[in-house]
Amino acid sequence: MDRMPHWADVVLVPVLNVLIAFVLSGLVIWAIGENPFDAMQIMVSGSLGSTYGWGYTLYYATNFMFTGLGFAVASHAGLFNIGGEGQATLGGLGVALMCLFIPWPNWWLAVIGASLGAAVLGAAWAAIPAWLQAKRGSHIVITTIMFNFIAAALLNYLLVNVLRPVGSMDPATANFPKPTTLPELNQILGAIGIPFAKHTPANVSLFIAIAACVLVWALIWHTRLGYQIRALGKSEPAALYAGIRPVRITMYAMLISGALGGMMAVNSTMGESGRLIMNASEGAGFIGIAVALMGRDHPFGIFLAALLFGFLYQGGGELALWANIPRELVTVIQALVILFTGALDNVVRLPLEAAFMRARKRRG
Amino acid sequence: MGTDSAAGATGTAPPAIELKGISKAFGPVQANKDISIQVRRGTIHGIIGENGAGKSTLMSILYGFYKADAGEIHVGGRKTEIPDSQAAIKAGIGMVFQHFKLVQNFSVLENVILGVEDGALLRPSLSKARKELVHLAKEYELNVDPDETIENLSIGHQQRVEILKALYRQADILILDEPTGVLTPAEADHLFRILANLKREGKTIILITHKLREIMEITDTVSVMRRGEMTATVKTANTNPTELAELMVGRKVLLRVDKTPARPGRTIVEIENLKVTDRFGVERLKGVSLQIRAGEILGIAGVAGNGQSELLEVLGGIRDASGRVEVNGKALALTGRDADAQSRREAGIAHVSEDRQHTGLIMDFAAWENVAFGYHNDPAYQKNALIMDNAAILADAEGKIERFDVRPPDAKLAAKNFSGGNQQKIVLAREIERNPDLLLVGQPTRGVDIGAIEFIHQQIVALRDAGKAILLVSVELDEIFALSDRIAVMFDGKIMGERLPNETDERELGMLMAGMTGKPDGEAA
Repeated sequence: MDRMPHWADVVLVPVLNVLIAFVLSGLVIWAIGENPFDAMQIMVSGSLGSTYGWGYTLYYATNFMFTGLGFAVASHAGLFNIGGEGQATLGGLGVALMCLFIPWPNWWLAVIGASLGAAVLGAAWAAIPAWLQAKRGSHIVITTIMFNFIAAALLNYLLVNVLRPVGSMDPATANFPKPTTLPELNQILGAIGIPFAKHTPANVSLFIAIAACVLVWALIWHTRLGYQIRALGKSEPAALYAGIRPVRITMYAMLISGALGGMMAVNSTMGESGRLIMNASEGAGFIGIAVALMGRDHPFGIFLAALLFGFLYQGGGELALWANIPRELVTVIQALVILFTGALDNVVRLPLEAAFMRARKRRG
Repeated sequence: MGTDSAAGATGTAPPAIELKGISKAFGPVQANKDISIQVRRGTIHGIIGENGAGKSTLMSILYGFYKADAGEIHVGGRKTEIPDSQAAIKAGIGMVFQHFKLVQNFSVLENVILGVEDGALLRPSLSKARKELVHLAKEYELNVDPDETIENLSIGHQQRVEILKALYRQADILILDEPTGVLTPAEADHLFRILANLKREGKTIILITHKLREIMEITDTVSVMRRGEMTATVKTANTNPTELAELMVGRKVLLRVDKTPARPGRTIVEIENLKVTDRFGVERLKGVSLQIRAGEILGIAGVAGNGQSELLEVLGGIRDASGRVEVNGKALALTGRDADAQSRREAGIAHVSEDRQHTGLIMDFAAWENVAFGYHNDPAYQKNALIMDNAAILADAEGKIERFDVRPPDAKLAAKNFSGGNQQKIVLAREIERNPDLLLVGQPTRGVDIGAIEFIHQQIVALRDAGKAILLVSVELDEIFALSDRIAVMFDGKIMGERLPNETDERELGMLMAGMTGKPDGEAA
């Protein structure tokens, strides 16, 4: 017997979680002597009040969709891939190599090549912890965290010693050639007559991310691989009983997970900065975990949760800019949302389940 | 068995335990509905019922794990509140759980005093307990070495420690929850002797079980539960197993499987010198050789943990082994890539695993998804190279649910929401309808209610009659006797012997199950 209706499980619980997080954030803001309602207004108007704000919100959301999907695919296989950050970093390297060393004639061929580069390197970075987990039993949480650090150090080395243009003081690659510049959202929407602000970082990658949501949904629930991934994630002994090979499925799930995490770089590195810089992923790999948790590993949930976190990122940035609220406090607000939607999910879920059980009993 | 010798003397005394109108609901499920019973002092009172009938809930209320929604508990004639297990112990109630609650690396003595130490220093409590244990051992045949570590004790001895724990806490009323599930027949007999001794000393015993035989053998009074209600309380002497089964299920049931004698055909399975070593280096199968012919059921009897599971796992492609296994004249790979469960299914082997909850089914998957489990590569389930044909699987599942009378008939319900018997029917439908040459069946009716047992047994016999080979592993001797055409007994990874069901009895099998090969008949004569 399910404890509560499906809609309560997938809608009510996350909404209440977010509300609690917002109320607590409001109290924190109030405690440092600012007006929480003014702060909320700044956040909303800064992120959703104009197409310019939307341009940033959607840009961040695109990042989180990729990393959230990446986490979710591994999660369906019962693997806690905490290495989205490192996989995204390697994805950035893949994008940079593709854009810098291949003379692409136009953006859409370039974006295919760059996506491939990002996916391959992201997958490769996930492959090592995956293999260690599948074959040697090294816990994937530990190895993927360590691989985040290795990825950061590797990129550091490459940017400072190998990829930095001669004479530049900046640890970054040269700007990517013009033909690889991705169309901004205003160009795309403008073409179909929807006015949108210029010079925002949101770009065509948003549509790639949405397509990825659909593809992941089909993969998980409509393919044999997805079936095997889910079965393995629920029970490894059962998978063995059914003749599902844990090593193989673990590898596949992590390769796809890493590839999705890596593809985030198409949005950030190719779409926004136009060159590879240090720390290009800006923690999106970790936010992806919260996004997937809140979205309950379902691509549509991830889509919505990514939008929420996009709003928090952009709104939080505005808050730091326009209110007397330090940057760190914005991080606190984001952390509260992550805490309540991810780690403290049961704080809301359990009482709510009990309430539904009681209500059902009263009805008979 | 002197039914009322002790009880008769206390006919006027208040009952040891009286429950009045106990009700308990978990959400929409009414686990106990207005239950009233009297348990007389110095008797053994059986409580019998199918899984989910509410027996365990009732006892958990009595032991303070759950709080009843309504009703009263009277102990020794006095109304008693039992909010937690401490209160239950204070009221003189002791409980022996199905799954023992012992610290594995503590000694018997340490386990006995755990939670009832007097003061901060252990030594006085330990010496007091030691004296008490010697006394109890003499009085009730409860012999256990007080200094032995729990993990070195057999299951039967561990159970005695649980009983000792309760007695040490001055329990007057002892509740035993399915106590014989894990015991050999000899151990069970010993347990019954202990219980009889306890009864003679005036203790009151409540025995929860689903085994009709035990009820008939040892209890004075029996209460039957069905769907949360107490349907009857009768003197054991005035009833019989058929009547009790009917009261439990609510309709007539066949306790014996209707089957014609087997007509075995050619040999389907040839197992030779099969050996398995687990990852700790322990040899689990020590050279097993068996043959199974078409149209026969080979039953493997044995106490759980003597290699039966490993045998099923090797044949099912879950575990590597050495030796030789031929099915239909073709040798099976016992190691490497081709030793997996997919290859086994291709070789015509279907497998109803011992543990449907952890291996046979994915509990979070819907019933229809589980119907494809293990057969997810079947071309009939694919739309094209990439996409699975979920609609086809669903249609197939609905057919299987109808043919195997799975209730509720809802293919979209998650497996975990079906009862044990209906979960097992889903597994059986999936495996039997593949029309395998060899069916492996482990514990087909574990945690399955009587009504479904009948159906499941019929399905297995029907497959046999269709000329298939069946390997049955069960820890229930009754089931082995009811289904098998030939019985092999396993002990410590070896086959101790093969018998024909009509030429042996439980006593002989029990000896073999305990590793004694000497002909008991010869000794007796």
